[in-house]
This record gives sequence, C-alpha cells and structure tokens, in this order.
Amino acid sequence: MKLTHIIPLVSLATAVYAAPQAFDFKDPKGVNNAVFQLDAPLESINGSANGISGTVSFDPENPAATTGKIVVTVDSMTVPNPMQNGHLHSDKWLDAAKYPEITFETKSLANVKTNGDVTTADVTGTFSLHGVSNEITVPVKFTYLKDKLSARVPNLKGDLLVIRANFAINREDFNINKGQYEDKVSPTINLSLAIAGSSVTK
Amino acid sequence: MKKILQLLAVLVLLAAGATWLATGANRGWTKTSVMVRTLDPVTGIEGITYDKKFLPGVDFLGAALGGAALLAGTSFFFRKPKLNQQQNNH
Repeated sequence: MKLTHIIPLVSLATAVYAAPQAFDFKDPKGVNNAVFQLDAPLESINGSANGISGTVSFDPENPAATTGKIVVTVDSMTVPNPMQNGHLHSDKWLDAAKYPEITFETKSLANVKTNGDVTTADVTGTFSLHGVSNEITVPVKFTYLKDKLSARVPNLKGDLLVIRANFAINREDFNINKGQYEDKVSPTINLSLAIAGSSVTK
Repeated sequence: MKKILQLLAVLVLLAAGATWLATGANRGWTKTSVMVRTLDPVTGIEGITYDKKFLPGVDFLGAALGGAALLAGTSFFFRKPKLNQQQNNH
C-alpha cells in the first residue's frame, strides 16, 4: 500500500476517533435530578425534579465545542408539602399545563479548563422557563467516564458524561409573579443540576 | 354538653401536640413525603426519591389550635344546668 493511500485512512480514523459523542440524558435508572431551593420566612422551599431528558454533544478531545439541550418537565417538580406542590404547578406559579417544560440550550463555552476526565467551563445558553427565554451563563463541571456505561447499565457498552451545575435565577426575569409575594417567597431560585448521560458504542 | 365540648377541645390540643412531638417537632410546614437521597456509585450523583410520610408542622398545630378554640367557643353557647334542674333530675 502506498503512503498516499495510508494518509487519508489515518486521517479518517483520527477524525472518527475525535468525533464528538452524543450523550442521551434520559436516565434509565432515574437518578438524574435538578434540585431547587427558594428562601421563605418559615423555612426554605426545597424540591427536586427528575423528569430530565436531552442530548449533549461532547468531544473529550475538544470540550470547548460542546453543544446540547437539557429539558426538565415541570410536572416532575416535587416539594414535600402538598399545598405548595399544588401552587407550584398551578397557573399562579409555573403553569405546568401551559408551559410544561424548562429548557437550557447551549450557545457557547468560555474559560474551558480540562484536568484529566474533568472539564470546567462557563456555559452560555438560552434558559427557557414559564414561556420566557433569557440568555444566562452557568458554571458547569463535565466529568467524562470512558467505558463506564456497562458498570451502570449491564449489557450496554459505552461512555458516561456527568454534568453538574449550581446557579441561581431570578423568577421575576421569567415573569413568575413579578413584584409579588416577595415577602413570602424569595425572587431568587437556587438550582443544582446533577445528571448523567450515556453514549452507547456499537 | 358544655363540659363535653371543652373536654374535646383539650383532647384535640393534646392529641395534636403529642403527634407533633412524636414525629420530630417539625417547625416548618406540614409534609406528606420526605426526600431520600441515594448515591449512584458509578456517577457519584445523589438520586432523589420521596417516601410517603406524614410530618406535621406548625400549620398542623395552628389548625388544631383553631379547632380547639372553635370547640371551646361553641361550648359557651350552652348554659350550665341550673341548680334546681339538677335537683329535679336527682
């Protein structure tokens, strides 16, 4: 085989190896969650959501090129107090019937730093909640776990990508009771996302 | 009847207070489920599930206090039996 034939083959192999992987965040184990916390006079309101899906394209060789979209269903948001739970989903607050999803779609990454399997970056994207979309920047930690999918889901081979992010949004920026109930529920919503996506290899 | 209502009011208060203390004296709102965190050993993510559990809070105590006050208040609409009525009964 001539050298002129080998070079394109090597280039193709490298390109295939370095191609970004698509990670599916629909977790078969139901572990993925987003935790939310709002300050309130008697006690803070703490809840979580587990209806998480979405896809992230991640290239361990080039994490700065990461793109993707994460979706959280409003119906899956739960707080332990039944009355607060009802209010949360009602048209007075998140209006789950009219706005059933909360989404975050990436636009760009900045301050990308990789150390081993861990990459940190400031991810700028569009956060959509309650029918309003705003551009926000979120500090995100990506942990790439190569060949770890089988340890989690037997009979499947592939990689895992764990995404963690802690950030805050203001409910008034998303037209949720703007200027109202500030003495009862803080306008600041603290969010904590811990999700794992899988990329199956064939 | 007056005595019965007042006794009921005291019982409601005592039962609510005892339930509140026995379930951990939760000084927040009443909860019907509690968050349980379970570590996923592969990803290190703490999965969250909810166990059904009744955890009365200060609103539960308030409702009990309101109920007791209503019972005690209602009791004042009943007159004490007069002395001669009591004697006639005997």
